[in-house]
Amino acid sequence: MLDAAESYVTEDGRTIGGVVMEMKNITLRFGGVVAIKDISFDIREGEIRAIIGPNGAGKSSMLNVISGFYVPQEGEVWFHGAKRPPMKPYEVARQGIARTFQNIALFDGMSVLDNVMTGRLNYMKAGMFQQAFWKGRAEKEEVENREVVEKIIDFLEIQAIRKTPVARLPYGLKKRVELARALAAEPKLLLLDEPMAGMNVEEKEDMSRFILDVNDEFGTTIALIEHDMGVVMDLSDRVVVMDYGKKIGDGTPDEVRNNQDVIDAYLGVSHD
Amino acid sequence: MPDQLIFAMEVTLNGLMAGVLYALVALGFVLIYKASGIFNYAQGVMALFAAMTLVGIMQGQVPFSHVINAVFGGHITHFGWTVPSFVAILMTVAVMVLLAWLVQVLVMKHLVGQEPIILFMATIGLAYFLEGVADLMWGSEIKTLDVGLPQGINLWIDETTFGIFGYGFFIDNLDIVATVIAALLVTGLVLFSQYTKQGRAMRAVADDHQAALSVGISLNFIWVLVWSVAGFVALVAGIMWGTKSGVQFSLSLIALKALPVLMLGGFTSIPGAIVGGLIIGVGEKLFEFLIGPMVGGATENWFAYVLALIFLVFRPQGLFGEKIIERV
Repeated sequence: MLDAAESYVTEDGRTIGGVVMEMKNITLRFGGVVAIKDISFDIREGEIRAIIGPNGAGKSSMLNVISGFYVPQEGEVWFHGAKRPPMKPYEVARQGIARTFQNIALFDGMSVLDNVMTGRLNYMKAGMFQQAFWKGRAEKEEVENREVVEKIIDFLEIQAIRKTPVARLPYGLKKRVELARALAAEPKLLLLDEPMAGMNVEEKEDMSRFILDVNDEFGTTIALIEHDMGVVMDLSDRVVVMDYGKKIGDGTPDEVRNNQDVIDAYLGVSHD
Repeated sequence: MPDQLIFAMEVTLNGLMAGVLYALVALGFVLIYKASGIFNYAQGVMALFAAMTLVGIMQGQVPFSHVINAVFGGHITHFGWTVPSFVAILMTVAVMVLLAWLVQVLVMKHLVGQEPIILFMATIGLAYFLEGVADLMWGSEIKTLDVGLPQGINLWIDETTFGIFGYGFFIDNLDIVATVIAALLVTGLVLFSQYTKQGRAMRAVADDHQAALSVGISLNFIWVLVWSVAGFVALVAGIMWGTKSGVQFSLSLIALKALPVLMLGGFTSIPGAIVGGLIIGVGEKLFEFLIGPMVGGATENWFAYVLALIFLVFRPQGLFGEKIIERV
């Protein structure tokens, strides 16, 4: 077992750093329904961490706890070595945690470029009046932000649709634009809620490649939820497995694959 | 040139000016609707409230003087000073921002995620409440508002047109000022929503609340901002209408005139509000001029609504509104 601050080098030569986010004994209830039961796990700097599990296991709820959309009744969230007080989702976002949604949440009235630019809102410091009366600084800022955004647009190969209103895009591209918007915030932690749901094989391969490239190129720490076991095992460094709101497995893909509880949860077990 | 045509031109010009005033009110509706999906029934009362507050501050009235006198006895009504109109306008803007914040904290914040009809009902309640508060604060008598805007016939236009047509057009200076101010206001709003950080955030919130949160936008802040901007637009409309026809209860009814404008222009379009306002302004004046005499006049009262009805049947999303396409 590694120490929280220790780093190691993976087989493919990436350096995984210390723990950036730690969930301690999280319990989340909706009325009488317990969505998450006493779950603890951590996310290390630079790794791709997957949360998997059957339908209704509480994966999305867990992601919503991390991003502040849900506030757990019990447990603590530690980010960068400090306990996080209860926060609004926008405050969490300002701390450097970006996310995408299972059912794509884009700004339909805007172009692809404008959508991605919203990811930079927190980097725009010039206030309303400065922007109105002191063009110099605001303009410089706008140019800097545009540079970052254009780099990400190039990276995700969506240059051709920069000016297209997002409402007109096909599903797969919308998912990619959402990823671009999240990346534009240059997040310390990127949360992806089923980035490959509803995609065909080719689109899945594209998305997997982008996720790996993002992690490799920018060193972004990524936590993702996915149904597709094959994809998860190929992508991630470590996997948390959830079932009925409980954690039933945690470790490298190989460890998880051979875990009897995980096999039972996925394949079913006879009760006689 | 035949007289009829010259008159028609004058009527059209006047219609355009009236249309600008309708557009001003409609703008307030569109702003809030776009950003929060709320149809703000209280927009007209906000214009009334803003105008009353402005008059009250300018005349140095003691707010809630009736209540104070009734509770403590005494006859205070005025502080005994007057405030210059520019300062009073700034103070009224501050009051409208405070009102926006109160509306958000006391009402709208607790209704996040509710059905649009519930939010609409809340704004109806707000309208009645605000009307009552306005009366309590400043008294219910009719007031005149004069912030120093030029009024009366524009002599230059009168003389020029007399020189050309042998007939001088009557164009009110106030209408010209209103047009200029409306143009500035709209330009300012468009620049604001397209190019500033807050404007971008406002458009983002209008599109998707969750996504807006996920990029670090505070919904609370944006809604206070939106209600403040709507309050500011209401103040501008209140000043124009108040100067024209006095500050009185009927001012709040201009909201009803904005409804057909919105049906025409679409609830989600700023250019739509302007074009809709102009069409209704010109339409009702020309209709009254051409058809009015045949049907006994007074067509201005219903023309706009009939036009809106026709639009509802043939183009429910309005001229500029987003087309509603249901996917099957």
